[in-house]
Amino acid sequence: MSGRYLPAALIALALAWPATAQQATTEQPNEPELITAPPEEVVAGLSQDNIGITTSFDGSAILIYGAVKRDAPEPTGHLGVIVTLEGPSGAVTIRHKTREMGIWVNTSSVGVASAPTYYAVASSAPLAEILDPAQDVIQRISIPLALRSFAGPIEVEDARPFTEAMLRIREAENLYQLDEGAVHLVEDTLFRADFTLPANLTEGDYKTRIFLTRDGQVVDQYRAAIYVRRVGLERWLYMLSQNYAAIYGLMSLALAVIAGWAAAEAFKFLRR
Amino acid sequence: MQIYLPIAEVSVNAFVLLGLGGIVGLLSGLFGVGGGFLITPLLFFIGIPPTVAVATGANQVVASSVSGVLAQLKRKAVDIPMGIVLLIGGLIGSAAGIWVFNLLTKLGQIDLAVQLSYVVFLGSIGLLMLQESLRAMRRAKTGAKPGKRHQHNWVHKLPFKVKFRASGLYISVIPPALVGMVVGVLAAIMGVGGGFIMVPAMIYLLGMPTKVVIGTSLFQILFVSAFTTLMHAITNQSVDVMLALLLIVGGVIGAQIGSQLGGRLKAEQLRSLLALLVILVAFKLGLDLLIRPAELFSLHVGGGA
Repeated sequence: MSGRYLPAALIALALAWPATAQQATTEQPNEPELITAPPEEVVAGLSQDNIGITTSFDGSAILIYGAVKRDAPEPTGHLGVIVTLEGPSGAVTIRHKTREMGIWVNTSSVGVASAPTYYAVASSAPLAEILDPAQDVIQRISIPLALRSFAGPIEVEDARPFTEAMLRIREAENLYQLDEGAVHLVEDTLFRADFTLPANLTEGDYKTRIFLTRDGQVVDQYRAAIYVRRVGLERWLYMLSQNYAAIYGLMSLALAVIAGWAAAEAFKFLRR
Repeated sequence: MQIYLPIAEVSVNAFVLLGLGGIVGLLSGLFGVGGGFLITPLLFFIGIPPTVAVATGANQVVASSVSGVLAQLKRKAVDIPMGIVLLIGGLIGSAAGIWVFNLLTKLGQIDLAVQLSYVVFLGSIGLLMLQESLRAMRRAKTGAKPGKRHQHNWVHKLPFKVKFRASGLYISVIPPALVGMVVGVLAAIMGVGGGFIMVPAMIYLLGMPTKVVIGTSLFQILFVSAFTTLMHAITNQSVDVMLALLLIVGGVIGAQIGSQLGGRLKAEQLRSLLALLVILVAFKLGLDLLIRPAELFSLHVGGGA
């Protein structure tokens, strides 16, 4: 299969697959990055690389699909595919409550300088089987490694319960997801992974990474970005609130006063 | 129908918001309270970030007070000079309160401060009001004469006396300005209009007649919450106009219905109903402080530990 025909083949694959995903679109797949030809390469595409947050936005499904390209016969060793999707990062403060004089009060805190607002990992098999722990640390693949450094001096003796709590809370909100087995790998060549982005999405660039592993070692990787932006009215209101805060505030007030007055008038009219 | 809120960055059901606005508007028209003490916790509950809930709640209070004030003006139930004195105190208090609010937020104790002030203020005022209105109802039943409305006490010995014609009072401007100020501070910290404190203070402390209390407090709340909304929009961009609009549409309708109902109910019944509601909210929040939370950790976006 020559590289020229691969994108078309991939689209056909994505469309023909017994789809659980809703949006296998016909957009052009992203071109793979040039890497000095390893024995195996990942070629992949995204069902969409642009997500517009409109007024009726209530989440989105992303299909990431691709194939393993080989110029030589298939090497031996256990093949694994891991796909990650990472939202924009921000600082987070984790606070802990203890009981003081009968009531529950925040008493200690730990600051995390940078943690993704969304992070999902999908793999073709349990991570322990297809990813070497050392490789995991280098590439920062599994969820606990997605948290970056701590912010400022750590005031607590042991920060681990704090970061564990953060992962637990975000996992419960489906903002951090690990789905082992969600990457469907066929004939060790074709793969696809479906992601569901939540409705409370943060605007920004979402990084997609695809890792190809052989016996736990990363042999190739592919990166692409999905741009998530507010569009239309949402964008206009947001920009106004950020750049012209006073005008935005006055507009909100005017809206409130007009609505209040109009309702009073309407009821007066109805009572006649 | 799901709708994405541009500032809050969450997607919520539009009908839930309309319903919330409606209930709060109804209370606003009925009791002369802004309803903020209900809407702010309710918005937390449906997943709106706290800062957005507080700021947008203030904007919603503006709308429901406009329609409330207009309805009360029609009934000549607003003492405008008194309202202005309360308002001046309120603006000073609100500015001070926002400063305290930001300080407590930085320390990570704002939730506790808000909950504690809810429990203390709502609880004690609710109990006082309930006691008073039950006594009044009993008097009405036995046919006994109500006691003298306003006794001459220290309040009447202060300087800067002004005649408040609509209230039938000749008192110093200091007590109402102080009442306004306290309300302003609490309004900013608790994210409420403050009517639930102002209404009893006007009746019991200033000795104002019940018929002008609701209109006058709404008048003060209107301007103080407008000021608060603007401050929030400018300092931390947390007013969500889309969220406000939905709450307002529900709210203005509720406020009109409430103000109609309020004209028909007896003042004592009205006060005991409000008292019960206030006690209920205080009780619920107090319980939350005492019971071990399911999750001892909480996440706050942004740095500054």
